[in-house]
Amino acid sequence: MAAPETTPAAALSFDLRADSVRDLNRRLHGPEATGRIRVVNPDGRHALAVGVDAECEVEIEGHVGYYCAGMNKRATIRVRGNCGVGVAENMMSGQVIVEGSASQAAGATARGGLLVIHGDASARCGISLKGADIVVRGSVGHMSGFMAQSGCLVVCGDAGEALGDSLYEARLYVRGTVAGLGADCVQKEMREEHVTQLRELLAAADVEADPSQFTRYGSARQLYNFKIDNVGVY
Amino acid sequence: MCGIAGLYTKTDALRSQLGLHLAAMLQQLSDRGPDSAGVAFYRDPAPDGWCKISVHSPAQTPGWDELADALARRFGDASLTGVRATHATFVVAAAADEVQAWLRAEHPHLTLMSAGQTIEIYKEAGLPTDFVRRFDLAAIEGSHALGHTRMATESRVTTEHSHPFSTGLDLCLVHNGSLSNHNRLRSVLRKEGIHFQTDNDSEVAAGYLTWRMAQGATLEQALEGCLEDLDGFYTFAVGTADGFAVLRDPIACKPAVMAETDEWVAMASEYRAIAVLPGAEDAVSWEPVPGRVYSWGTALVA
Amino acid sequence: MSVTGNGHNGTPRGWQPGLRESATFDRDTIADIQRAAREGIYDIRGFGAKRRVPHFDDLLFLGASVSRYPLEGYRERCATDVTIGTRFASEPIHLDIPITIAGMSFGALSGQAKEALGRGASEVGTSTTTGDGGMTPEEREHSTKLVYQLLPSRYGMNPDDLRRADAIEIVVGQGAKPGGGGMLLGHKISDRVAEMRDLPKGIDQRSACRHPDWTGPDDLEIKIQELREITDWRIPIYIKVGATRTYFDVALAVKAGADAIVLDGMQGGTAATQDVFIEHVGIPILAAIPQAVESLIELDMHRKVQLIVSGGIRTGADVAKALALGADAVSIGVAALIALGDNAPEHDAQYAEIGSAAGYYDDWQAGRDPAGISTQEPELAARLDPVVGGRRLANYLRTLTLETQTLARACGKSHVHNLEPEDLVALTIEASAMAKVPLAGTNWIPGLSPLT
Repeated sequence: MAAPETTPAAALSFDLRADSVRDLNRRLHGPEATGRIRVVNPDGRHALAVGVDAECEVEIEGHVGYYCAGMNKRATIRVRGNCGVGVAENMMSGQVIVEGSASQAAGATARGGLLVIHGDASARCGISLKGADIVVRGSVGHMSGFMAQSGCLVVCGDAGEALGDSLYEARLYVRGTVAGLGADCVQKEMREEHVTQLRELLAAADVEADPSQFTRYGSARQLYNFKIDNVGVY
Repeated sequence: MCGIAGLYTKTDALRSQLGLHLAAMLQQLSDRGPDSAGVAFYRDPAPDGWCKISVHSPAQTPGWDELADALARRFGDASLTGVRATHATFVVAAAADEVQAWLRAEHPHLTLMSAGQTIEIYKEAGLPTDFVRRFDLAAIEGSHALGHTRMATESRVTTEHSHPFSTGLDLCLVHNGSLSNHNRLRSVLRKEGIHFQTDNDSEVAAGYLTWRMAQGATLEQALEGCLEDLDGFYTFAVGTADGFAVLRDPIACKPAVMAETDEWVAMASEYRAIAVLPGAEDAVSWEPVPGRVYSWGTALVA
Repeated sequence: MSVTGNGHNGTPRGWQPGLRESATFDRDTIADIQRAAREGIYDIRGFGAKRRVPHFDDLLFLGASVSRYPLEGYRERCATDVTIGTRFASEPIHLDIPITIAGMSFGALSGQAKEALGRGASEVGTSTTTGDGGMTPEEREHSTKLVYQLLPSRYGMNPDDLRRADAIEIVVGQGAKPGGGGMLLGHKISDRVAEMRDLPKGIDQRSACRHPDWTGPDDLEIKIQELREITDWRIPIYIKVGATRTYFDVALAVKAGADAIVLDGMQGGTAATQDVFIEHVGIPILAAIPQAVESLIELDMHRKVQLIVSGGIRTGADVAKALALGADAVSIGVAALIALGDNAPEHDAQYAEIGSAAGYYDDWQAGRDPAGISTQEPELAARLDPVVGGRRLANYLRTLTLETQTLARACGKSHVHNLEPEDLVALTIEASAMAKVPLAGTNWIPGLSPLT
């Protein structure tokens, strides 16, 4: 991680021990959502910086609860701590960076943008992914990439059981060990285009890793149309 | 559906503040469990050969002193050690199962909440914030404690239906989730001699652990048995004389966060319940993986 | 299910004296077993439960006589308006009639059908609901009040549509398949549907049955909080459940923070699911409404958290009875499609070509609907003129409303919400026990009061 630089003073500041979450989100939905916005003392509160649709930078100092940065559009949201369930769920665009670890369903159903997790993510990372990119520096828990439809999940550490279960067209890149592959998820060939894609994603996430050490996983596409011979998988 | 919390102290200073901190955790879990609240504290051991019981009475004038006298007459020696709201604790010079049997026979309107050497269970219907105040939790000290806030799913909201459930000595269980095969399992366990007070699914889980341990299983083995024999969704926290254990089912949809500092080990359904503990910002925190038993205690390795 | 033809006088075709059909293994059952042996897959179909279950037909109103007085039609008002979402939202939904259009997806239905539903509902001042594919621009444009569903699949979900919606409906389940997820087969996944759902064209869609980022009412409460924060607490949030353990489900929905509860009985329709699911899971809406109302009353939330019920609503009599049992409004799905032209006799020849007949057609999953409603094929869909369809739906909704008012006036009510359970009696013991109203001519409710 790059050393912290001196940053310009925050345009807006919130202390969640004094200000309400409602007030924070309301103002992030309005014309003040520009430049750098600082939030302190989150104390694990839920739904922080949700539904933002503005080019601003929100920095949250501490651990957050569920659904931080939910449905984010265009904003860059940085959590200097851990986050609860569903960080950046259904994100549309922009960037969400978690400096600590993420709980379950990180990036659930996310459609666009980039989610970076510097620590680990627990179960169901990228569940039902719909086009966003997720880069995890650490490991991910079981059922990650479950029913992932499109987008990329990059895991520099290990992956838990049932990776990519019921996968559609999303791409999964894992550097460490995979405890087990889910239904219809298979190892695939890493071609030049995949190496390039992976290199670009790692660079965008500011994560140093060698693409050649990763394995690509994708859908075997055997579940795309019901066949009675697959009945054991259902 | 509920909130659960567990706090294990490592220092004397924390021991004296156990109730204060557990109360703060319960307040944070009130939204996800508004119907009732309950706690199990481990503290103040009964003398050797004696047992400690925690009893609930619905009556306005429960006659706790009279009960202490009756226990003393029956068992040789007994005393009332504390009264908190609708509950009272006693120490009795006898084995816990004898005292239980006597209470069931002689005072069926009373509910035995817990029995053992150190455990004290208090639980009541109503908002967790009211519970904390009525039971003066902030004043309680001890080595470790479990707490629970309840959002009732399929059984009623009463004192007896609240968690923690205790079906064994110094043993209790709190549960977040919903079991799906508890009715048949309850029938089986009843035939094995386990006594149930309610139709609550969590009580069945507590009874299952008691049964397995009565058959010689360790707590870890009994919890591993849950993975085979219980169906449904659960995060369990189990209290024992030594400490506590945590287990999530293999699908692990219900939440669980753990954290540790030099002063404490804590577990909760949501991080914000841990955020209120001293030094939480610098705690190491993690999420228990599904299907693995975690345990902490004076005799166990974390 | 196969079509069994009868002769003119009701004699089953092929019968001769001496032949006896089994009630257990009747010809429909035989056909189904043989189909399974041939195809190796469960039967998937649309529509709702087809077998007879206790329903509103088993209830009757006690109209005014000497002890009660009726209201005159036309001059003496019988109001029908209802407001949904008064608990938390700053912009609740005002409906002119207590009948809404249930959630049905673009994908399951053609774009023309969705537009027709929007036009018809808007004409009479009520709402429509999106389905398991997201919000189409046509629907938003043509529906003055649009409820936006949040389903386990999250196909097409986005915050812009969330903010454009008039309400959000969190779908936990639906009556046809409580515990099941969405289903759309490959031949209905056209280019446009595929794009909206982020799926490859032509594949069979698999859908989750649980939400991806919450499980259980305790975590649902937090999810609702997030949705409120995204929409600045403006719009109501409904929770939709299929009728099963309704008493508990309603209590939990209230505790999780719902503004309104949508309760769909086992007769509720679907575009596609397994026949066994439709027929054998869930309870009739008749049995579910009293459980829901009891739960709301115990929490002091009746009329504060609104109850919208669905599953086999067909006439104004059904509407009135649902309201009398304590619902605030009803929702129609299958009936709305029939109003648009589904199963109409004029398509009989085309139904025959695809192995069905008017009045029996339930292969909505196949996407070859001659009426142009449950199809994605452009030539078929073009048969439904959305303007004409909208007018037909508006006519039907007005008729439902007039019928409801007629019955309410006959019971002396100046507002349809003043209908109450005491205005009803039951024709059968089952209906009496389920609806918790007395058997006609007696004071007896099985399970509740002694026989006198």
